[in-house]
Amino acid sequence: MRWIWIDGFVDFVSGVRASAVKNVTLSEEHLHDHFPGYPVVPASLLIEGMAQTAGILVGEARGFRHNVILAKIRSAEFDDHAVPGDRLRFDAVVESMDDRAAATGGIVHKNGASIGRVGLIFSYLDPAPGTAGFPDHNFVFTPQMLSLLAGFLNQSASRGDSAHAR
Amino acid sequence: MGPNHDEVFLKVKDVLSDALGVDDEEVSVDATLQGDLGAESIDFLDIVFRLEKAFSIKIPKGELFPDELLSNPDYVEGDRLTALGLERLKSAMPHADFARFEQSPTVSKMSELFTVKTIVNYIESKLAAA
Repeated sequence: MRWIWIDGFVDFVSGVRASAVKNVTLSEEHLHDHFPGYPVVPASLLIEGMAQTAGILVGEARGFRHNVILAKIRSAEFDDHAVPGDRLRFDAVVESMDDRAAATGGIVHKNGASIGRVGLIFSYLDPAPGTAGFPDHNFVFTPQMLSLLAGFLNQSASRGDSAHAR
Repeated sequence: MGPNHDEVFLKVKDVLSDALGVDDEEVSVDATLQGDLGAESIDFLDIVFRLEKAFSIKIPKGELFPDELLSNPDYVEGDRLTALGLERLKSAMPHADFARFEQSPTVSKMSELFTVKTIVNYIESKLAAA
């Protein structure tokens, strides 16, 4: 997740649920082509917003020890679309989690109203140190991504975990 | 009073058709998850999570799909399972039918052990033990 698709968290309960918001703006250049004269947020990016929200929720629950990656989109259904000026909110909840993977559910809101549901599965990519092609530090949770959690990370600090991303 | 065999089979069918995006009718009792139903490795994790939820059970890592056996050199030589490996696999998977597999126990054929019936047998034994 090198490119951040959410603007910040508004709710975060470690290991349980998280909500993040994203403001849609015409300064996002891909909207000029999607579509010319009628900018609409692609559904794939609505899924990406949920994936980042849920991925951080899962990552934090595991103390940021793993490279949490999106492995499967179980389901994604949308009843409405989003356009510049809309404020999106991604509400993610943990449905299952063990030491290999996690499943999340969630609702996408537009201006306070529900417009879709997204179910995801995340896997942890943790190759042995020195594996060719993989950095030794956590490459998913960059400092920039973790800064989104400022104000909410106290929960993990008080649990005794620490963020390992460098 | 727990679910009977037909109820278990129907629930397993639902789980597999949801997880793999296939029609109910394709999920026959002898269908293999990978060969017939198109399952990929990530689908196995999805299936475990859904089964846990559907039957309110906990499925410990490797109990339904013992994939970690394959990385042990005592159990696998090249593509073939050693006698010890086959024995170990059989005891790890009492819910599977080995009649065909043990005639030529190769790693590439292991996916044939994972049929719908394998899952139904596993769920029934978990529910009976509960």
